[in-house]
Amino acid sequence: MNKREGRLAKQNKLRQLLLSSPYVLWSIGFIILPLVMVVYYGLTSRDGGGFTLENLKLIWEPTHRATLILSVQLSVISTILCLLIAYPLALALRSLRLKSNGFVILLFMLPMWMNFLLRTIAWQNILEKNGVINMLLSAVGLPKLNIINTPTAIVLGMVYDFLPFMIIPIYNVLSKIGDDVIQAAADLGANYFQILWRVILPLSKPGIVSGLTMVFVPSLTTFVISDILGGGNILLIGKVIEQKFKMANDWNAGCGLSLVLMVFIFICMAIVQKYDKDSEGTSVW
Amino acid sequence: MAQENKLITLENITKKYGGQVVLDDLNLYIRENEFLTLLGPSGCGKTTTLRIIGGFETPDTGRVIFDGQDITNLPPNKRQLNTVFQKYALFTHMTIAENIAFGLKIKKKSKQYIQDKIDYALKLVNLDGFGKRMPDSLSGGQQQRIAIARAIVNEPKVLLLDEPLGALDLKLRQDMQYELIRLKNELGITFVYVTHDQEEALTMSDTIMVMNQGYIQQIGSPEMIYNEPKNAFVADFIGESNIIGATMIQDRLVEILGAKFACVDEGFGTNQPVDVVIRPEDVDLVEPEQGTIQGVVTSLIFKGVHYEMEVEANGFTWLVHSTDLSPVGKQVGIKVDPFDIQIMNKPESEDEEAVGINE
Repeated sequence: MNKREGRLAKQNKLRQLLLSSPYVLWSIGFIILPLVMVVYYGLTSRDGGGFTLENLKLIWEPTHRATLILSVQLSVISTILCLLIAYPLALALRSLRLKSNGFVILLFMLPMWMNFLLRTIAWQNILEKNGVINMLLSAVGLPKLNIINTPTAIVLGMVYDFLPFMIIPIYNVLSKIGDDVIQAAADLGANYFQILWRVILPLSKPGIVSGLTMVFVPSLTTFVISDILGGGNILLIGKVIEQKFKMANDWNAGCGLSLVLMVFIFICMAIVQKYDKDSEGTSVW
Repeated sequence: MAQENKLITLENITKKYGGQVVLDDLNLYIRENEFLTLLGPSGCGKTTTLRIIGGFETPDTGRVIFDGQDITNLPPNKRQLNTVFQKYALFTHMTIAENIAFGLKIKKKSKQYIQDKIDYALKLVNLDGFGKRMPDSLSGGQQQRIAIARAIVNEPKVLLLDEPLGALDLKLRQDMQYELIRLKNELGITFVYVTHDQEEALTMSDTIMVMNQGYIQQIGSPEMIYNEPKNAFVADFIGESNIIGATMIQDRLVEILGAKFACVDEGFGTNQPVDVVIRPEDVDLVEPEQGTIQGVVTSLIFKGVHYEMEVEANGFTWLVHSTDLSPVGKQVGIKVDPFDIQIMNKPESEDEEAVGINE
């Protein structure tokens, strides 16, 4: 390398550093630093500040454990429901062959632009004892349903709020599958169900995985939905963490529980991704 | 050679897309063990014809007969034919072996049978040992050969190929042409091949069907299509040619650009306006006094096998291919052997010119 090239390389490096500095600073200030703080609080005791695992062990307390299990149950159910609703919908959207993808995205983003709280409170009004559903039911002489303040109401809210996060990634991968690939499968003798099971479903797996992640994580950690639709009767893990910070003013316990939840989510996602990688290329059928 | 056994018949096929006629009353039969090429410019209806045979499109009117049975409304997965797609359309989530096995697994063949077929097919397309690899790790030519292997393991009676070499570079394309001819001979099945590349069509086909704007222009052997084009479109599309307006004076005598040429065609009447086609390699450049007409060389390009020259003579620029060099500015005579002059009727109206019905 001659001198000129050396100087150029140096300049390039400097420019790279300069251009990337805002992002580096952002990452440090808003991602790494908060994470370090959560880890610090989570692993230190409230009174002395010494190292302790007590905050993490809190999750094993019977009440907290039950809360975690209920949270996982509800978010798993919501995620599966989202998948079951979103996949056929995304398939139908794909077969419409819309010219502009923007329109479809808009269709599903539009409700999301509405305030999250507003949407959830709207559901509260619909499900209430004297809400829209029960008014309609009693108008036709049917007994009232008791949905509000039950796990059903929470699941309903989660599905409604997080459905777009499932539809969009799945629709994206589906719309990238070429018509000729599907025709090739038909040409080789596959009927519609076989094409779906052996070609479309495996090819859309990346979208499914990302949809699962994007619905499961917010479902597991939300406390607003359970607050509004669960009426405080049903305690989810997100709510417990909120209470630790706000009511008990115990940052250490809150951070400890958050850490446990984070690790739990991380493991779940690792399992999903590993399954995805494993099945790739090997015989699924 | 192709047997006289009609395997596929298309009867009065018409297809419109949003008011635009893509195929207009098309009739065609394909013989068993024939290599038929549908040739034409883009938008001529060749791919639509193939897709109707494959079952991916339904004709608006008309019938598709396969082996004596009406299959017009049969879905693709119920048809005894397989397609090789232009962009390969391999299943990217499966290995090469799984791709090839796809059709056989659907048909619930035994494991052993499938394994034997995979081995056989990979050998046939010269990709022995590629079974465990993923499609993405193969080159375009290799992927296309896998697509062919995936189709032929199902032992179709007919293989449909939709511009299968379109995405490959020239050298690979030429190699694959010979590969396809070899495959066709080894398998002994019918090939229906779609292309816009006339050289490809001439090299591989038993029969070429030239199409334009939804109409069949000419069907015939490659030699026939090349040497005796039925109209100016076919002449122009297949190879290079000099197409000149002329007058048929009487049987076996035609007047081209004011000079009388002997030819071999009869039955065009007397003093009839016609078009003549003369291939560039059939134009002989001789000393001026020996030529039927005289001209001057205006351009010269070396093309490898031959020189390409343009000769200005009697107000027409003649395209000439020859291995003998005539430098720019040289006075030359033009001579054409009688059997190298192809006479065609002039189209009678603009409409007919467009669709090429000029019989």
